[in-house]
Amino acid sequence: MGKQLVTLKLNGKRVEKAVEPRTLLVHFLREDCHLTGAHIGCETSHCGACTVDIDGESVKSCTHLALQCEGAEVLTVEGLAQGAVLHAVQEGFYKEHGLQCGFCTPGMLMRAYRFLQENPNPSEEEIRAGMSGNLCRCTGYQNIVKAVQYAAAKLQQTEKVAA
Amino acid sequence: MNAPTDPKLLERSAALQGLGDSRLRKEDARFIQGKGNYVDDIKMPGMLHMDIVRSPLAHARIKRIDKSEALKIPGVIAVLTADDLKPLKLHWMPTLAGDVAAVLADEKVHFQMQEVAVVIAEDRYAAADGVEAVIVEYEELPVLIDPHKALLPDAPVLREDLAGKTEGAHGKRDHHNHIFTWDAGDKAAADAVFASAPVTLKEHIFYPRVHPCPLETCGCVASFDPVRGELVTYITSQAPHVVRTVVSLLSGLPESKIRIVSPDIGGGFGNKVGIYPGYVCAIVASIVLGKPVKWIEDRIENISSTAFARDYHMDGEIAATADGKILGLRVNVLADHGAFDACADPTKYPAGMFHICSGSYDIPAAYCSVKGVYTNKAPGGVAYRCSFRVTEAVYVIERLVDILAQKLGMDKAEIRAKNFIRKEQFPYTSAFGFEYDSGDYQTALDKVLHACDYKGLRAEQAQKRADPAAKTLMGIGLATFTEVVGAGPSKMCDILGVGMFDSCEIRIHPTGSAIARMGTITQGQGHQTTYAQIIATELGIPSEVIQVEEGDTSTAPYGLGTYGSRSTPVAGAAIALAARKIHAKARKIAAHLLEVGENDLDWEIDRFKVKGDDAKFKTMKDISWAAYNQPPPGLEPGLEAVHYYDPPNFTFPFGIYLCVVDIDRGTGETKVRRFYALDDCGTRINPMIIEGQIHGGLTEGYAVAMGQQMPFDAQGNLLGNTLMDYFLPTFVETPHWETDHTVTPSPHHPIGAKGVAESPHVGSIPTFTSAVVDAFAHLGVKHMVMPHSAYRVWQQLKASGVAL
Repeated sequence: MGKQLVTLKLNGKRVEKAVEPRTLLVHFLREDCHLTGAHIGCETSHCGACTVDIDGESVKSCTHLALQCEGAEVLTVEGLAQGAVLHAVQEGFYKEHGLQCGFCTPGMLMRAYRFLQENPNPSEEEIRAGMSGNLCRCTGYQNIVKAVQYAAAKLQQTEKVAA
Repeated sequence: MNAPTDPKLLERSAALQGLGDSRLRKEDARFIQGKGNYVDDIKMPGMLHMDIVRSPLAHARIKRIDKSEALKIPGVIAVLTADDLKPLKLHWMPTLAGDVAAVLADEKVHFQMQEVAVVIAEDRYAAADGVEAVIVEYEELPVLIDPHKALLPDAPVLREDLAGKTEGAHGKRDHHNHIFTWDAGDKAAADAVFASAPVTLKEHIFYPRVHPCPLETCGCVASFDPVRGELVTYITSQAPHVVRTVVSLLSGLPESKIRIVSPDIGGGFGNKVGIYPGYVCAIVASIVLGKPVKWIEDRIENISSTAFARDYHMDGEIAATADGKILGLRVNVLADHGAFDACADPTKYPAGMFHICSGSYDIPAAYCSVKGVYTNKAPGGVAYRCSFRVTEAVYVIERLVDILAQKLGMDKAEIRAKNFIRKEQFPYTSAFGFEYDSGDYQTALDKVLHACDYKGLRAEQAQKRADPAAKTLMGIGLATFTEVVGAGPSKMCDILGVGMFDSCEIRIHPTGSAIARMGTITQGQGHQTTYAQIIATELGIPSEVIQVEEGDTSTAPYGLGTYGSRSTPVAGAAIALAARKIHAKARKIAAHLLEVGENDLDWEIDRFKVKGDDAKFKTMKDISWAAYNQPPPGLEPGLEAVHYYDPPNFTFPFGIYLCVVDIDRGTGETKVRRFYALDDCGTRINPMIIEGQIHGGLTEGYAVAMGQQMPFDAQGNLLGNTLMDYFLPTFVETPHWETDHTVTPSPHHPIGAKGVAESPHVGSIPTFTSAVVDAFAHLGVKHMVMPHSAYRVWQQLKASGVAL
């Protein structure tokens, strides 16, 4: 099958690769770009383990074509930390025991990252609704809610300090 | 071990982050940065991809397989069928349950989505194209789905390969679809009790077929090096050492030439215990082609073909006095095992530990029997987040006790208290022969009833029931369960003849850090964190500098793996005892360094000190260095130990769970208002991790009780095999969990720990049913079949005449 060029900004760096038009974004990231953080759990957009951020929106990369990312800015879990400094959502998941097997975690983190920009000061109910496109089989979600609350508090504090 | 009270000692003790410390997890750094190493993350040079052609039919004869079109597809390297595996005698394989299973369908298919052929290609897209292009012609055969019809004289013959075999792995087979009949207890004694008991009752209790459905599916990367004659396989396995043994037996390669690695595993829950055709085919393909071959299931394949759980049709009977003292128990089970008997149980126990079904109760006479039958469904029968068949056993006894209470007009807490095995009766031998190690059920029950204001809840419920305008029905569920975990003593438990011990090797390095290698494998339980804590307390080495490695058969000592809550009861004991061997040697070295006798030394947190002289001591760090440069004369250098632990008994964790639900009379939706879970797992290693495990287990229990099922139509089509249909609870409907604990250590375990992660699954399921049924109890409803989805509950509302 013929290949087409796709050019995008991936975790801040320009990437240009030739892909089969049918290549799913999650396979492009994992196999062509060697970023294996996004995982494949269901192939049907239900579990969210493959969630990445595209142009400011959470997207399930298992049902998105790589070619749809032409010209886009894509952020994956590998791009969350700034050097050795973890992002607040990463710190929250660690401190609040928001993960067990870790398979859903990259998707959870990417959704939490975007959700807290959509709603910086959410209630528990809003967190539960806003994160509900991501499934976890291990934690029962309670500590993930705490992790997101931790991150929300930390991000707000950082903003205050910056202001 | 007494906890220190001196602040300086406390500080030293806390710095170790040993037993009881909620230390944060060592595993997390890689997972939160996308640096986990799951099987699908593994890439090898020249790696090929395998995909599987599966049967659309549940029972059919294969007339013809045409590979030719598939082989024309660019990138497709090979297509293998049963005929290709036959010369290698690998078209069938032994199962853990003493049966055989087809690797690739040999002349006929026995269930929908059975593996028929594999396509190996240069990438996964080409492999999928190849699968589409393989043409298989089938001739349909009559399908057997209902296990109740399996043993009718004219039932379809499923297993033609077993024709004429009247003896199975577990005794006589009396029908072509009969696998085994297994029983336990004293039938005559139980029958005698039932013949004369003042009160008896019988209830059919069905436990539907469900699937563990971890978020990561199963898969492997097999890499055979034809020059060295060595096979390396990365695999999603909860038991890598057992896989190595089985692969050796199947392939003829010596175990020393096989390296099996379980890398990071994205949840197991029993789904990753078995050895699946996909693994075998990938290994064969790699051996044949001389290149690495990756196989990764998709979600539909995972739910359809690998390792279901439950599917027990149970007839339970209970005999009691008029005032609610239980006298006898009988349970007869029809077990739907699917097309091949591939249950993962200790070899001698085809129904696992189902005979724990006398529960937390002192029942004088008990008998159970389990009859396994073949149907045209996928094989499996694994323990989904439980010890072998313990979930089914706990469900049946907890339901029966509820129903007995209702029949006698007694309160469900009161009848339990009346029948508990009392604290002073431990160790207690049940009518089925289990020796319960320790327990204090009454104290735990009182704590829960008090915490939840049980009396207040009952008063509120009475008020609601009296109000015809109430929009909801209120139900209160209770379960007081006991598990049997930590399989197990090798005199009783083995897998393919290998005793179910587990192992640990600890090496202390010269500078005082350590590595521990284990025969188990974590799948989210946090072993790398908690195992280090055991060593920290035993040896006075900070957890932070203790590295824990598991899952690589080339480095770890042989162990039976992680399932059935056996990691802490078995491997945890191996760690403590390996550490104690090191401790004993360290004492000799310290005595030598301090020039005193061994008996002149006291152990204190992280050091040996001379009795009566606090200034004279050697820390473990000092001793570690000395072990490598000035060991005592006659003592070999180094500081390491290996221990293989064969447990003297199982452990018996228990719990008391209470649940309050409000059922919408208009929609049938069940809202969990409160769920209170008290667990007693003996000694607690890391309370943070325990709580996390309990949250997860409760959520999986909620999934099973409220929504999970694998429905089949009459043609054997599985009607729910994607996450669109198969219920995994989301953030939104998952209840808020409250946890609590008591601590009753196991007397036979070196650190008193019993295992915890499965209790919440086992215990919560009957609690949810108890709550939902309780909402209807005043209307005469005794039992309702899981899952308690809104539709089903609404049907009950209609049937009971209370739907709005």
